[in-house]
Amino acid sequence: MKPADIIHLAETELDAQRSYKHRINVCCSSGCIPFGALKVLKAFEDAVKEFGVQKECKVARTGCIGTCSVGPAVMIEPGNYLYQSVTPEKAREIVRDHVVLGLPVKDMLYGSKAYFEKQHRLVMKNAGKIDPYRIEDYIAAGGYSALVKCLIKMSPKDVIDEVWLSGLRGRGGAGFKIGQKWTFVARAHRSPKYIVANLDEGDPGVFANRTLAEADPHAILEGMLIAAYATEANKGYIYIRAEYPLAVDTLKKAIDKAKAMNLIGQNILETSFSFDIELRLGAGAFVAGEETAILASVEGNRANPRPRPPYPAASGLWKSPTLIDNVETLANIPQIISHGGLWFSKIGSPTCSGTKCFSLTGKVNNPGLIEVPMGITLKEVIYDIGGGVPDNKKFKAVLVGGPSGGCLPDTMLDLPIDYESLTKAGAIMGSGGIVVIDEDSCMVDTAKFFIDFCVEESCGKCTPCRVGLHKIQETYARIIGGVGKPEDIQFLRSSCGYIQEASLCGLGQTAPNPVLTTMRYFGNEYNEHILQKKCAAGKCSFKHNVKEAEI
Amino acid sequence: MALLYFIYKNRSVPYSVVQRKALFKAENRRDSEMLKEDNRKVMLEKTIKEHQYQASSLLEILHKTQELYGYINKDLLSFVAESLKLPPSHVYGVAAFYNYFRLKQPGEHVVTTCLGTACYVKGAEEIISAVEKEFKVQRGNTTADGRLSVFITRCIGACAMAPSIVVDDEVIGKATKEIIIERIKLLLEGKKP
Ligand SMILES: Cc1cc2nc3c(=O)[nH]c(=O)nc-3n(C[C@H](O)[C@H](O)[C@H](O)COP(=O)(O)O)c2cc1C
Ligand code: FES
Repeated sequence: MKPADIIHLAETELDAQRSYKHRINVCCSSGCIPFGALKVLKAFEDAVKEFGVQKECKVARTGCIGTCSVGPAVMIEPGNYLYQSVTPEKAREIVRDHVVLGLPVKDMLYGSKAYFEKQHRLVMKNAGKIDPYRIEDYIAAGGYSALVKCLIKMSPKDVIDEVWLSGLRGRGGAGFKIGQKWTFVARAHRSPKYIVANLDEGDPGVFANRTLAEADPHAILEGMLIAAYATEANKGYIYIRAEYPLAVDTLKKAIDKAKAMNLIGQNILETSFSFDIELRLGAGAFVAGEETAILASVEGNRANPRPRPPYPAASGLWKSPTLIDNVETLANIPQIISHGGLWFSKIGSPTCSGTKCFSLTGKVNNPGLIEVPMGITLKEVIYDIGGGVPDNKKFKAVLVGGPSGGCLPDTMLDLPIDYESLTKAGAIMGSGGIVVIDEDSCMVDTAKFFIDFCVEESCGKCTPCRVGLHKIQETYARIIGGVGKPEDIQFLRSSCGYIQEASLCGLGQTAPNPVLTTMRYFGNEYNEHILQKKCAAGKCSFKHNVKEAEI
Repeated sequence: MALLYFIYKNRSVPYSVVQRKALFKAENRRDSEMLKEDNRKVMLEKTIKEHQYQASSLLEILHKTQELYGYINKDLLSFVAESLKLPPSHVYGVAAFYNYFRLKQPGEHVVTTCLGTACYVKGAEEIISAVEKEFKVQRGNTTADGRLSVFITRCIGACAMAPSIVVDDEVIGKATKEIIIERIKLLLEGKKP
């Protein structure tokens, strides 16, 4: 294929799509499949045949529409009518009334308008609209045109300049300037060079990257290809969790399709640019997402982090220069190239341009996958988009950033979501989890939950993390067991400091965050537990379990 | 002749000739013959060969092993170690490091409770405690009669439907302890839910 063929293919596909009056998008991502999405898809296909409207109505299997709590979700275009909790029986009814008679079935439509109003879909713009298994759908939506632009009109340096200008920062957690990182790798004059796309997403309670891969895999591939062009890399790996079988399958098929169309491989689109992409399966280790650990894992070893420097940009996979980026970061790239870095830099807040995908879960009325501009406040996310706390319960805290994030109280709800503000408040952006907690949860117990997680996931290589977290875990077991002492608070605070300072990798450095933020904002609950042996939420039993406390 | 061809085909492979011969035989056996024996081993060997016996593909090969056998026991670990020319201790170390690999044989039915943040906040802990009590088995273990395993995992990605629990490959969202216990009882009685 040549660059011109891509443009031609896009036009043919668009013509074909325009010949349909209606398009039924059935969400078949891992959030909806357990609730019967595939049967619903089949029911729509059957109903369309039954009513003889195949010629004017297209039924498409798509990725996540975003309203994961009311799945299976179905969107009918034009008009973006969103149906919730669709069953095979209702599918027939919807085709009959909506498609044939032109009367949307009102009582099955998704109720919350506000859920979408405050969102800004950039990375997820194709999610729920295109069929992830059809590369033609992606190309018709403007896909691979950014790659073509790079290959024809831009030098690698132009591409990096554009990314610099956009102000894009890494979406994997640390928020490093991507333009800078790419420059480091581009300047390394050694080959081969590698790219690793990070889709490990080990944070429990986060599914943003998985959703992206299931809904729009080619956006990730295109981003990787452009990154490879800019940094002159030769080979790419996508490191993905094995717990995500559907995302693995979608990506695998996307890579095969792209290879068949000469978008991946030797002499891409008949130019001198060559790049190969391979999948690597992770195996359930949180620490494997850390950038030096992921390298060890791709090489087939235990995912143990190593000290930096040398940074992966200088010495990464098999000691070659390696670029590691989160997949959401990469999926932003095609749009930056298409619309320009300046356009991108105007979205979001001044220090943090662009958008961020969050999985909004816990005690909210509308949990699901959202994408919001940077700088939006927590209040807007929880109350306007999330619809507040259900069952008239009282909001207590919000966990931002996964197990190494922080628990923020209601007084912090006006905090804008960007890297600096969150870090100042004691939380982190992490990979984008927002979990809302109501009065039924005990903050001491919640902090213990995260510490348990980090103890389990610590690789054990460095002492502060291995032993320090264990000591903290024991202290919690005592407090919850009803034998806590007032000195424990001071002990927790000082050991957290040591662990943050002395740990080898990000896991240990951020693991104390939940402890510190709960002590900072919910100190009274600690006092109640220790002094009065009382748990307001009724979670803690105060039965001292010697075995648990002294392991 | 065959041997020559074989050596030519595998010239970069550091593998003893005896083992090569055995592998070659296995690969060239007719399908019906293959099925007669345990062809999982043959498939595993094939995968290892596809990865050109490279130590860096250890994770992929462990994944394949678990996919074929359901778990990875000591013999399989030794087999993989030998094929890749790695110390068995290294292979064991890698397999034990990652939570995804099962080194013990799971029970006939498997209940996996998600203890990710979203599910924990929505009360997954109470559900798993109830299951443990009802069926007298600790998390991470299998009942004495080998019929039920209770595992925990960290997030299966169905957080919006929390708490989510996987009962024999079926994801149950918005689970309660009553629903789960009922479902397990049906399975143990051999009835299809
Ligand atoms: C314990 C730990 C876990 C991490 N997990 C992930 C992860 O699951 N996904 C991810 O993209 N980055 C993860 N990171 C961040 C990576 O180390 C790295 O910063 C990131 O992949 C760089 O990509 P970016 O510049 O595009 O953000 C993790 C870091 C630590 C310390
Ligand atoms: S936290 Fe349980 S499915 Fe994500």
